[in-house]
Amino acid sequence: METPDLSCIDLTKRFGDAVAVDNVSFEVPAGSFFSILGPSGCGKTTIMRMIAGFLEPTSGDIQIKGQSVLNVPPNKRPVNMVFQHLALFPMMNIADNIGYGLRRQGLGKLEIEKKVDEALDRIGLPGIGKRQVNELSGGQKQRVAIARCMVLEPDVLLLDEPLGALDLKLREQMKIELKSLQHAFDTTFVYITHDQSEALVMSDSIAVMNAGQFEQVAGPEDLYYRPETAFVAGFVGDANIVKGQVVRSSGHDVELRTEYGTHIKGVSKTRDMAAGRAAEIFVRPEAIRLAKSADEVAELDNFLSGKVEQTLFNGAASRVLVKADTSGETIEVGLPQSGRFDGIRPGQEVHFGWSDKQSNVFETGGL
Amino acid sequence: MTSGRSLGFYLLLAPVLLWLALLVIIPHVDLALVSLRERVGVGQYALSPANYLTFLNEPLYLVTFARTAVMSILATIITLIIGFPVAYYIAKMARGKLQPILFVLCLVPFWVSELVRTFGWMILLRETGIISSLLQWLGLVSGPVELLYNDAAIMIGLVYTSMLFMVVPLVTTLSSLDDSLIEAGYDLGGSSASVFREIIVPHAMPGIVSGCIVVFMLSLGNYLTPIMLGGKDSLWFTELIYSQFIVRFNWELGAAFGFMLLFLSTAIVWTALKLSGQSLEKTMG
Repeated sequence: METPDLSCIDLTKRFGDAVAVDNVSFEVPAGSFFSILGPSGCGKTTIMRMIAGFLEPTSGDIQIKGQSVLNVPPNKRPVNMVFQHLALFPMMNIADNIGYGLRRQGLGKLEIEKKVDEALDRIGLPGIGKRQVNELSGGQKQRVAIARCMVLEPDVLLLDEPLGALDLKLREQMKIELKSLQHAFDTTFVYITHDQSEALVMSDSIAVMNAGQFEQVAGPEDLYYRPETAFVAGFVGDANIVKGQVVRSSGHDVELRTEYGTHIKGVSKTRDMAAGRAAEIFVRPEAIRLAKSADEVAELDNFLSGKVEQTLFNGAASRVLVKADTSGETIEVGLPQSGRFDGIRPGQEVHFGWSDKQSNVFETGGL
Repeated sequence: MTSGRSLGFYLLLAPVLLWLALLVIIPHVDLALVSLRERVGVGQYALSPANYLTFLNEPLYLVTFARTAVMSILATIITLIIGFPVAYYIAKMARGKLQPILFVLCLVPFWVSELVRTFGWMILLRETGIISSLLQWLGLVSGPVELLYNDAAIMIGLVYTSMLFMVVPLVTTLSSLDDSLIEAGYDLGGSSASVFREIIVPHAMPGIVSGCIVVFMLSLGNYLTPIMLGGKDSLWFTELIYSQFIVRFNWELGAAFGFMLLFLSTAIVWTALKLSGQSLEKTMG
């Protein structure tokens, strides 16, 4: 098997008594886009700073292309970093910014000029070399920051939430652009973010991190459809979270009774859960089918009827809150934008259902 | 709005105008007039450049003038070299409570008057002083050594007096430097020297220049330190001005000296700004 571009082995970082990164191991294959996704304070920035060389791990090893870089200072590591606020040098023009690393490598003036021009062409901003940093727009700065690293042809490019400062529209655009830049440069990207949509759209593989540990490392679809822990199910995407107790379980199939008394069928990661165990059921609003008549959803594993309490209009991600007739719990259901449910109003009777594969069940411990 | 500015505007402007007129413009115009007249008889004066010619024809005046300029420039450079690491440490390395404590420590010497501060140095440096005694006790010298009354003593005094005025603007500009710029410099393969040269110094340039201007002007116009710490051979130009005005009662020559000092400081500051590629607005703004 090919050596991965980056591998971290049992990486741990303690600050005093606090453990910021707790025994994390992962490998990033060459040419892939790897994201570390987690809430702020989960330790993802600490991992990145250790890879870049600004922090020393308490224990464990970091290898780049199979070589340990633990004793290599940041300016000698074959990794480069795009900083959160980009850290373009305001005292230099764009060409000097991009050429900074090349000058450090001792390249000739002409060669630097040539490489800088190539890099500017590549990011689609030819001829801006003479401009000052503050004359560029947010998206342009972003691309210059990436070009400044990519001219050095690093083995791994680290990106520390670089889209955080951009407005929503530009962020959406940059997501696609980053992905295509990664293809164009054919370099391994390690991207950290707290924004699940950034991670889902761009990554080949995502590590979800919480409290210093990786909860799950998987492709975007697996994370979304087959979360392995309750944290992942709750953090990636939206979910209705219903507490309940296991009624019966065989293999991965479980049937639960919610605290409101409804019976729900679902699947669990753990096999054969003991009856009576407390569990949480995660159901995504967009996985629930909404219907006007009961027949349409009757063949689904779980189906309920209820009254619309509220509609939450949000364009493509519109939802309705439905209060179940029998039990009284409120469920968030995705509102299809096909036009069938136009004009849906609070108080209206609706039916909804979902398959058992769509309800992920996790034990919460305790009886 | 355009027909005339309100009374309030003029009232607010009045103190500035008064200050400029009474304390800057009028005295200088008068000084200029005094410097350009020559006494031809009792109570009789004529317009002439005689005072300036006296200045230019007397080697002692010229030498003192040049010496004062060179020493002040040197004092500024030494203050910058010592002050920069101090400011960098306060702005970038010191964490938490240490930062304000260090800053106050820089300020502490200024709680006593310049006279007392200079006496402090005299206690250390004089023949029977602490340093001399220490050297004898250690057996490094056989007899008492006189460390006062020379150019080095003046230099120590000037640098010590000016330090705060260098450190404050430097701390201000350096703390506005984003740490990630320094990290990015290293990340892109820069050595400490190149990060310092290409990132830290260009960013701190306005602070460096404004600190240097202030320190240079303070040194050039300093009177007490050179008088007390300097010897017979280390005349300072302000001493000449003082003696013309007060001792010799030759206001005409004193005024001419004053103007020469003003030209000198203006010329040097202007040259320094041109050489460093900075403008006054940029450094003071």
